[in-house]
Amino acid sequence: MAPFQYLSHQIHLTFAFVAGMLVVANVILFFRKRADPNRDDNELVLRVRTWWIIVASFAVVLAVSRTTAVVFFGFVSFLAFKEFLSLIPTRRADHRVLFWAYLAIPIQYYWVGTAWFGMFIIFIPVYMFIWLPTRMVMIGETKGFLRAIGTVQWGLMTTVFSLSHAAMLLVVQPDSAARVAASWPDEAAKASGGAALLVFLVLLTQFNDVAQFCWGKTIGTRKVVPKVSPGKTVGGLIGGVATTVVLSAFIGPWLTFLDLPRSLAAGLIIGLSGFAGDISISALKRDIGVKDSGNTLPGHGGVLDRVDSLTYTAPLFFHFIYYCYG
Amino acid sequence: MTEALRYIYFLLIVRPVILVVIGLNVRRSEWLPQSGPAVVVANHNSHLDTMVLMTLFGMGRLKKVHPVAAADHFLRNPIMAWFSTKIIGIIPLEREVKGVRSDPLAGICQALDEGKILILFPEGSRGDPEVREAFKTGIAHIAKRHPDVPFTPVFMHGLGRSLPKGEGILVPFFCDVFIGQAIRWTGRKDTFMGEIHESMNKLEAEKEIPRWEVS
Repeated sequence: MAPFQYLSHQIHLTFAFVAGMLVVANVILFFRKRADPNRDDNELVLRVRTWWIIVASFAVVLAVSRTTAVVFFGFVSFLAFKEFLSLIPTRRADHRVLFWAYLAIPIQYYWVGTAWFGMFIIFIPVYMFIWLPTRMVMIGETKGFLRAIGTVQWGLMTTVFSLSHAAMLLVVQPDSAARVAASWPDEAAKASGGAALLVFLVLLTQFNDVAQFCWGKTIGTRKVVPKVSPGKTVGGLIGGVATTVVLSAFIGPWLTFLDLPRSLAAGLIIGLSGFAGDISISALKRDIGVKDSGNTLPGHGGVLDRVDSLTYTAPLFFHFIYYCYG
Repeated sequence: MTEALRYIYFLLIVRPVILVVIGLNVRRSEWLPQSGPAVVVANHNSHLDTMVLMTLFGMGRLKKVHPVAAADHFLRNPIMAWFSTKIIGIIPLEREVKGVRSDPLAGICQALDEGKILILFPEGSRGDPEVREAFKTGIAHIAKRHPDVPFTPVFMHGLGRSLPKGEGILVPFFCDVFIGQAIRWTGRKDTFMGEIHESMNKLEAEKEIPRWEVS
């Protein structure tokens, strides 16, 4: 099938909608600058420009083929894992252990690409969980062993195992004997059901980040976790999750094979777990004493800063789908 | 012919490895010298140090840029010597001058006279990974003979984790590259070395670095 054509027109419209939002952001920034030329919007301008690049790359890799999309997510995992290892202290003795940890990335995404669910779900939590400490013990450095293996395994779980669930959505096919019957928006959407789920997950996760931020600025005084993230208020959390659930109810049944009740539940899962993922990575950065995880994405910080929420929403959304439709 | 090979090697092997596998976080790359004669002095943790700096100069300045490297290590066999001098383009330096009264800096001075940009690692050796050692004073002798040549200090962090001395396997870590303002011969050895040293200290202090746990 020719590129760009297998995606449903709902997916095309979703990308057009996102591009429209970015145009609006550009226009607002343009007029804000003209009204007050001294205003320093550099960070925001960079942020929007980087958003354009992220959205365009995502659209292109998704449109070309499933394989390019899987490779793309593998590369994102690689960047996020590299950022994580660069942030934390590592033991010199573990040089080769870290090499094996990196090797887990292409292998994990190979299971995704071949839709081998059994290996995909146990490779890192079981095989890598046992192989990495074994390799570490073979080297024989015991001082700091627990800390070293704990940090590496946590890094692999968040940046590789969890994120690969997003890519695994691409191969999801609703089972005819599933707990819930798939409700397809139309016949043509069946060719790209998995891609629609992935677009839905990424869009809602990133939208939820923005919604939490905006509500946090406007309402609420009681802080959820003042020591980790002083900007997060209870009002902001509730407002953010509610907005995400509403958007999910509009988009879910139209874009994906989820019906309205499942769309509402998915919105709730993404809203709450997105918040949890966001503050977990915040806690990590605070522990190390850095503001951003890296410099790869101008205006955003590092890749880990951008995918923090996704590391939590992806596995939970995936398993919700798998329970209902698998 | 070898010039073309050198170009291809840097374009297709060095740059992808440095920019994609390693990944750079560069501050003030515009402070690197645009043209020669010029010297870049950097701390040394890994063979990758040279590759990172040559990548930063870009393909446009590749012809002009030459790292100064130890003759005893890089010319130890004919294949290595061919690769080092023709592909990497090193200017060999005798670290230990034995008996013969020859000028060890002659090669460097000649290259500067020809308007080249030199990369120097005044620590003299890669040493322990991510441990910065005092710069040797050889650079002061070069500066004294070439008082108009700018010496640009560069601090790099991360490559000693990626490929430390004694390891053959590259493990990716992001690399920080902080570039300082060029320094010229001050007229005295101690003040010149002092300025370079102070600049390197400032660059190193720009970012908190996760240290190896004491073991």
